[in-house]
Amino acid sequence: MTSLAPGNSDTETRDVVSTAAVAHAGHDHGGEHADARLFGLATFLVADGMTFAGFFAAYLTFRAVNPLPPGSNYELELVLPAINTMLLLVSSYTFHRAGRGLLRGDGPACRLWLLLTAALGAAFLAGQMVEYFHLPFGLTDNLFASTFYALTGFHGLHVTLGVICILIVWWQCRSGGRVAASTPFGLEAAELYWHFVDGIWVILFGILYLL
Amino acid sequence: MTLASPTDFQPQGEPPASSPGGLQPDGWLRYLSFSLDHKVIGLQYLVCGFFFYFLGGALAGVIRTELASPISDFVSRETYNEVLTLHGTVMIFLWIVPVVNGAFGNYLIPFYVGARDMAFPRLNAVAFWLIPPAGLLLITSYFVQGGAAQSGWTAYPPLSITTPALGQVLWILSVLLLGGSSIFGGINFIATILKLRRPGLKMMQLPMYCWAMLGTSILVVLSTPVLAGTLILLSFDIIAHTGFFNPALGGNVVVYQHLFWFYSHPAVYIMVLPAFGLVSEILPIHARKPLFGYTTMVYSIMGIVVLGLVVWAHHMFTSGTPPWMRLFFTIATSFIAVPTGIKFFNWLATLWGGKIALNSAMLFACAFIVNFVFGGITGVALAQVPFDIHVHDTYFVVAHFHYIVYGGTVFVIFSSVYHWYPKFTGRMLNEHLGRFHFLLTFIGFNLCFAPQHWLGLNGMPRRVAEYDPSFATWNQVSSVGALLMAISSLPFLINILVSAYRGEIAGDNPWRALTPEWLTTSPPPVENWIGEAPLVTHPYGYGSAQDQIDLGAATGRDLWGGPGL
Amino acid sequence: MIVLAAVAIPTALVTLLIGMALVLTGLWVGENVSLLPQDASSNAPVYDSLFQVLFSIGTILFVGIVGLLVFSLIRFRRRPGESLDGAAIEGNLPLEILWTAIPAVVVLFVGIYSYDIYERMGGMASLNHHDLGPQSELAHRHGGHGDAMVMASISASDSGGDTTPAGPSSDPGSRPRVWGGIGVPDQAVEAEAVSVDLTAMQFAFIFHYPDTNIISGELHVPAGRTVELHMEARDVIHAFWVPQFRLKQDVIPGQPTVLSFTATRPGSYPIVCAELCGPYHGGMRSTVVVHEPDAYEAWLRQNTPTASPTVANSGTTPTA
Repeated sequence: MTSLAPGNSDTETRDVVSTAAVAHAGHDHGGEHADARLFGLATFLVADGMTFAGFFAAYLTFRAVNPLPPGSNYELELVLPAINTMLLLVSSYTFHRAGRGLLRGDGPACRLWLLLTAALGAAFLAGQMVEYFHLPFGLTDNLFASTFYALTGFHGLHVTLGVICILIVWWQCRSGGRVAASTPFGLEAAELYWHFVDGIWVILFGILYLL
Repeated sequence: MTLASPTDFQPQGEPPASSPGGLQPDGWLRYLSFSLDHKVIGLQYLVCGFFFYFLGGALAGVIRTELASPISDFVSRETYNEVLTLHGTVMIFLWIVPVVNGAFGNYLIPFYVGARDMAFPRLNAVAFWLIPPAGLLLITSYFVQGGAAQSGWTAYPPLSITTPALGQVLWILSVLLLGGSSIFGGINFIATILKLRRPGLKMMQLPMYCWAMLGTSILVVLSTPVLAGTLILLSFDIIAHTGFFNPALGGNVVVYQHLFWFYSHPAVYIMVLPAFGLVSEILPIHARKPLFGYTTMVYSIMGIVVLGLVVWAHHMFTSGTPPWMRLFFTIATSFIAVPTGIKFFNWLATLWGGKIALNSAMLFACAFIVNFVFGGITGVALAQVPFDIHVHDTYFVVAHFHYIVYGGTVFVIFSSVYHWYPKFTGRMLNEHLGRFHFLLTFIGFNLCFAPQHWLGLNGMPRRVAEYDPSFATWNQVSSVGALLMAISSLPFLINILVSAYRGEIAGDNPWRALTPEWLTTSPPPVENWIGEAPLVTHPYGYGSAQDQIDLGAATGRDLWGGPGL
Repeated sequence: MIVLAAVAIPTALVTLLIGMALVLTGLWVGENVSLLPQDASSNAPVYDSLFQVLFSIGTILFVGIVGLLVFSLIRFRRRPGESLDGAAIEGNLPLEILWTAIPAVVVLFVGIYSYDIYERMGGMASLNHHDLGPQSELAHRHGGHGDAMVMASISASDSGGDTTPAGPSSDPGSRPRVWGGIGVPDQAVEAEAVSVDLTAMQFAFIFHYPDTNIISGELHVPAGRTVELHMEARDVIHAFWVPQFRLKQDVIPGQPTVLSFTATRPGSYPIVCAELCGPYHGGMRSTVVVHEPDAYEAWLRQNTPTASPTVANSGTTPTA
């Protein structure tokens, strides 16, 4: 080891390293940890949002560059999707109420609002299904059809996952469950996710149906 | 403020062997387990990565053997395309990305932020354990009906739609798993660096590798999902016969290229930024000088992150992109040279006036500078549309990116192994074997890839199994270089294996380093430190005035902005 | 890094001399070391001058940085028995500003210069032109015998006329859009252009001369006249590359693409497919033969199918 010089490592180290006398630097990251989990979820949602962004970009480019074959330009029916949009927006509000209920310590109210949110989500999915069955085009008909199903399908997958999460949180919110006013992480995470899914739908609705 | 020597927070004997998990196995078995210890996971990444490095290297061997003669005579043309696809995929997704991010990131970041573990240990283990199945999937795809994917690691449609479907779908599945692993890792790094810092430790006091990993993880989180979405659409095209990227069905192949390169250009920075970070750790320690220009180094990393996201279309200058796009992406790409250049000048300034130990770690790190500067110069040239039009998709490009990813990142990985092996194992690597390894690798690498610049300029396209006989000589030189590179891994492997048992005992801090991972035992105990985590506010506080008068000036903070020597 | 040395070494003169030697070396290398194949198109000399500039700058940077690195490694190596640290310098703001500014200026210069080169090669002109005039494309397709004058007049009126800024690209609806790489700098030249259709397929290039109905596996062009290649891919992405012309263009299915060039030096040059297109990608090669104008006319006469155009398509592959 020609590169090694013996000796003064201690003096070297001493003046730049100090163990600060901060009490809780050690084992438990108790308070911080919950924060990091929500933060981690938010980071994940950014990533998830980028997947959607990629799809949106692809859709918009296809629209601008690739003309559809003549006779395959469909006017999308707007009524049902508009109702669906309202359902999702309302569900965001009901979820918010559920969260406030939990923090107030009002378990039953919280669970009721959660159930309502899940029901709204399920209604959205049902509406989506109805729309799928009434559309005049199938997945492989043309570029627009494929993109339409890919976008709404991928979003629908997110809603489905969200409804399942809400039901799990609903179960965990029972008295003595994992989620309580003092440990609200499960509910907060599901809420963040649900708002995200709603936000994505608003963008999707805007560029797919309105544009 | 109390002063402490390392002995204050290190036990004199062996660290307690029992881990708090209870069910977790001890000893070497925990490297095969779902361990939550960031150091175990880091080494899992490293060893797994090296396994795939040798696999990818063997594939490269097939390529260079085939190209030793101008005709297609070693493997069938289909097999050759499978081999080049697998080589690219394995080397990028299973070797470089997992090792510079996953391996060193997991091992070092918790130390650097003064934490006991990563923010999400379970997610961390999941991220690692996605890799072996993904790799296995890729390997098995070679044996399925129709063979592995044949459309290159870029998988451009329509070729990827028309080649045998099963292999291509398995390829997509594998890359999706690896992308997921990468995203989970990235989330973990961001959360750990931003949220798990030891109280009192400020962002601008973090070792440079933390900043590099923060920047890298931002790129991972922003760009990898786009690749995932794109590959899902591509798989629809293959399985469900949709027409997103199939012009026969009204689709648009250029959209695929845009989306693909939106990930795959940042992917270059995902592979290179961590290497920048690692070099920034290694150089100051072995040159015994503070890292020059810490603040500008941080800004330049962030500059690279921002610019790295808006340069992707320079891979598509010949794809009929509109002129404004070519102009914009030329300028944006060229400007990446500025923050990158800052880093290199700062490293040179770090070395200047140091007491440089010419050990294996240092030699590999300096060779990285040489190789990367070369690759960077050809990179700036490639950014220029007119220049690129001639050499795009030729061996010039092959040479360029091997100078970046091999001459750059892989050299840094070797340097890092020499540097941190004492920490991993508690034993030193053999210096003579290390320098021999360096010499072989450096000569082999340059012999292999330097001639390819000429080949590309003179008319040899990439991804061909056969070529014009006039290119034979330089291809053979290149193949000899590849052989040297293959041979060079022997002294390395011997060194790694033998030193694990016979190596000189390293002690806790053989390099007299100041970064936190050296301020504990080698190898470190399960929760990194017995007792309090040290607060390291000047990780690069090396250097002394020539006459060693004032210990207080050891950090040199007071000299910042001064007139220099 | 010259200036870094100037800061570090008191003898500024030595540094200055080294710097000058470095610059001269770079210029000499750029001027005298040729790594490129023969130039055979009007693009090539323009391209080569860009290459020269880049090569010079690159050499200066590379030799300078590596020189500085090797010098540091030798001069500041740790001697046996030494245990002192280096000097505790953490940074130097003026230096940082300097080595941010200089590369920025260099890079900006290179960017602007290469943009200028690109414009001279016709990279910008062609696209504007073709974006404005998809009709000219139509005229060409339907004009049968390539009435160059009609074509030119249409495109001239197109670009000269007061078209709305929105342009036709906003309405790609029914008109075929043309993608482009390098195009014709001005329309006067285009009127004279030889028009050739190129179909790329796994694993061959097929050339079709619409004026004479010649179908050929090789490209024959006259020296000194602009050639306009109308390229289409049958199956997957291919790329048309002639190294001696310094030109390459992807041929993408679904994107009719135009590439223009003017060959200058008679001879035979390889045409190479540069985009992975399948197992025989490496074998997908052809030849472009550049003739003297007279010889080209002779070749045309020799190979023009004598029968009516309907029969002529039945694949007589002429050889030169």
